Amino acid sequence: MSDEAEDDLILSELDDEELVQQMHDDLYDGLKDEIFEATNILLERKWEPYNILTIALVGGMKIVGEDFRDGILFVPEVLMAAEAMKTGMRILKPLLAETGAPTIGRMVIGTVKGDIHDIGQNLVTMMMEGAGFEIMNIGINNPVENYVEALKEFDADILGMSALLTTTMPYMKVVIDTMKDMGIRDDYIILVGGAPLNEEFGKAIGADAYCRDAAVAVDTAKEFMTRKHNQMAAG
Amino acid sequence: MSDPSPPSDDVLTVEGLQPTGSGRVLILGCGALAREILTLTRAFDHIDLQCLPAILHNHPEKIVPAVRKAVAESDGYDDIFLAYADCGTGGGLKRAADELGLKMMPGPHCYAFFEGTEGFVARSEEEFTAFYLTDFLVRQFDAFVWRPLGLDRHPELRDAYFGNYEKLVYQAQTEDAALTAKAEESAQKLGLAFERRFTGFGDLEDEIKSLKNASQQTDN
Repeated sequence: MSDEAEDDLILSELDDEELVQQMHDDLYDGLKDEIFEATNILLERKWEPYNILTIALVGGMKIVGEDFRDGILFVPEVLMAAEAMKTGMRILKPLLAETGAPTIGRMVIGTVKGDIHDIGQNLVTMMMEGAGFEIMNIGINNPVENYVEALKEFDADILGMSALLTTTMPYMKVVIDTMKDMGIRDDYIILVGGAPLNEEFGKAIGADAYCRDAAVAVDTAKEFMTRKHNQMAAG
Repeated sequence: MSDPSPPSDDVLTVEGLQPTGSGRVLILGCGALAREILTLTRAFDHIDLQCLPAILHNHPEKIVPAVRKAVAESDGYDDIFLAYADCGTGGGLKRAADELGLKMMPGPHCYAFFEGTEGFVARSEEEFTAFYLTDFLVRQFDAFVWRPLGLDRHPELRDAYFGNYEKLVYQAQTEDAALTAKAEESAQKLGLAFERRFTGFGDLEDEIKSLKNASQQTDN
């Protein structure tokens, strides 16, 4: 989407619709400075922080996610886009807290014991936050105790576990089995993800769902939260 | 083997190595192991070698279908041995090997069998922040690490990929000062501490020896 003619583009001279479209393009191209500037322009134009987040940033990342899924973009480009989105998020996050943006649910996420690969879960964290979830990202190399403690402390609805290695992904079952033994398994929605996983593995270990990418994680988490609320309303 | 000279590393990465068609036992392996296997099987005319493109290492989901295809297309061998470990297939390659009645290397990766699978697996609980390179991967660092991760285009992503790693362990199959220097340079590029560990051919040597012995016993 890069275009030399865009070098001379003055973001503040674009109308709202053009500016949002330009932000989508700039996210796609991983242009941090442009996203920083455009986010501030929309704030100056009295846009609600929540609308900037969902329409301009998350909207742009959705396109990135779709092209990643279709094999048009690859991990480095997705990471560059994510870095650009973070610059916008950093401006918006404190404002969102002030304006009391809606919270859909609360999630604890971390890579399992022995696994230090957190790129995927950091993307999920960012996209989930963008979608209105509150996230406690407990980082890498988590034994079951870390998950259980964080779920309680954060009063979470969802547990997300991530693994990149075929040697570490079986530990997800250890976590779920321990939660079963403790009688707390059904208190949480459990989502799992990571490159070597698949739906079959997710089912076999007793997770609620396998999420193949960050966008699917958001959609799946929303769906499960809706079900949970409906059950609570019915019960 | 009649011609033990391997093709270039670039060819092994992208194309692999075609079998000569002679020999009764086929070793079907990863292109990253071609040089080592050719060294170990030198002078054994009954063993043929076919290697799949080494770059499948970066796409483990493609390994099982590629192995199945190569086995289906192989012709005239009494036995086939898979010179692959699990290699990120999540047990898929072992299941395929069992189904096809083939033996393969044990353990999770070539990193494991070069070092000795048992010791490597035991150590891995403590050493999971190590990033491993073999002789081949040092020579092909750009093709397997630097370019696929986009670090040639976006070097600022380095810490996103490697920030949680602590050291690069170069598992040396050979004594080669130039290769050691290249491995150390790779560690510096990734911002990691450097450790060189001489492994030789590890369990690969034992497996190929047993393959030779088994076929010799058949001859007798």
